[in-house]
Amino acid sequence: MPLSHTVLKSLLGAWALSACSAAETEAVEDHLTGCAPCAEEALRLRNAVSLLHEDRDLDLDPMLRFRVLDNCLKRRPARIPVPAWAAPYDAETARLDALLRDIGESEWHAPVRLKWYEDDALVRRKSTVAGVIGHLLAVDGLVSGALGLADPLGPDVPELTPTERTESFWKALDRPPNRTLRAPWRDQSHALVQTVSVAGPGAADLTVTYGEFALPLQDALLERAFECWVHAEDIANAVAYPYDPPSGPHLRGMIDLAARLLPGALAHRRRSGRAAPPRRLVAAGSPGRSLHLEVEGVGGGHWYIALDSPAALGSPDHTVAQVAMDGVEFCRLVAGHISPQEAAAGQDGDREAIHDVLTTAASLSRL
Amino acid sequence: MQQRLARGEAAALGELYDRFASLVHSLAHRVLDDDRAADQITREVFGYIWENPDAYDPRQGSMRSWVARLTQREAVQRLRQTETTAYAETGVGSAEELEAKVHRAGVAARADYIATSMPAPLRKALELAYFQRRDYRQTAADLSITHEEARRRLRLGLQLLATAETRPLDGPPGGHGRIL
Repeated sequence: MPLSHTVLKSLLGAWALSACSAAETEAVEDHLTGCAPCAEEALRLRNAVSLLHEDRDLDLDPMLRFRVLDNCLKRRPARIPVPAWAAPYDAETARLDALLRDIGESEWHAPVRLKWYEDDALVRRKSTVAGVIGHLLAVDGLVSGALGLADPLGPDVPELTPTERTESFWKALDRPPNRTLRAPWRDQSHALVQTVSVAGPGAADLTVTYGEFALPLQDALLERAFECWVHAEDIANAVAYPYDPPSGPHLRGMIDLAARLLPGALAHRRRSGRAAPPRRLVAAGSPGRSLHLEVEGVGGGHWYIALDSPAALGSPDHTVAQVAMDGVEFCRLVAGHISPQEAAAGQDGDREAIHDVLTTAASLSRL
Repeated sequence: MQQRLARGEAAALGELYDRFASLVHSLAHRVLDDDRAADQITREVFGYIWENPDAYDPRQGSMRSWVARLTQREAVQRLRQTETTAYAETGVGSAEELEAKVHRAGVAARADYIATSMPAPLRKALELAYFQRRDYRQTAADLSITHEEARRRLRLGLQLLATAETRPLDGPPGGHGRIL
């Protein structure tokens, strides 16, 4: 039975794309010799097919964001700038978001093996790309809460540790996490950057409570930037995507935060018998026995970690041991991705001090 | 967004970049076929928006289409400049060839924009039929729609794409001249 004009016309798109059966193609082409309006449309649609163009690889150079924004701000300085201490979080969330934009729907379910260090042993836990975004969303929610923004866990959430928040978030999902988590995660990170910018300099010292400990807002956002990078790397590995470390100044800030947290964490371990007792207590604020942490590579520098008390000052003149490490390697240790034994550190001096500091660095990690 | 940009809020500028950078960069790349040139256009376009937050008029269409128009105009202008310089220096080609090249690049960029902005069901059907070489019956099965609906989507999608040849991006045509 010959096809009607209406059907032939409806086939023009499929015909232009060579997506008809052989019989239909022949019928359409016969029709075109006698029907001027259809012939005209067929030609237009064929031309349109030639305009279809596969999206080329859209990975933008992550540094382009910095250069473009920097150029803008030079041309017209911001009246409400993003505080310098929020810049690492802004940059790391943007980098992770660019990765997420480029991955396919199925990759959101790619397995991710989360690793951290607990009770002096590496712990592993299975999750997925989407599950990790849920984790970041849930823990970033701590900062949202401190700023009076909506908590992704819902209203009236009790004070929970990051791990408890994550478990609670995962449990509340009625199906396996998927790509729909990208938007709430990204909206929250944008809202955080916006809120701390508008809040002004006073916001830096607001307290963010993590359940077992607390950090001033500026350190909390740095910690969130660190976590974002660490988990972005987990995700990048899971989907075989190249991923660079943060920029030098941002990496340096993250290392600095870890170095500042080390004396307190060391004292905490000491109280539970996991580190050697103090050798020489000094008056608060005085220089005490120190470990010289020399970080090489991008974001590197020198830190002096007070060994006997968080109240003592780290001091080059009281150095009893030295550890030299690459910056990214040090961060992997702090993230619990490598064990203190694996940390390729150049070591010199008091071995007990070195052991305590490296194991304490690893103990800073968690889910 | 526009008010926040006008207030000089750097966080809004970052969000603007996150929303539109890949659109701007890919359109510029489609016209200029060069990464560094596309980077440069991206700088210029965001610089212009940041310095002129009031230039966008919501009555003229979505912010996305406005950003796409800015990008296309700037990229085509850049192409014309570089091609004119090359023509002047080498004497290779002709004024007509130059115009034809500029025209083709503009059409290609408009088509890209249309392809990314058309309703998702149409785009999905085109993707299956063109990039994955599915016939319309397979396309219908993949999308759980009737054969008739698959034919309709493919035809409508191509009709939209074909407007790249003739029409500027939505919003009032021309009238802006050099904007950056």
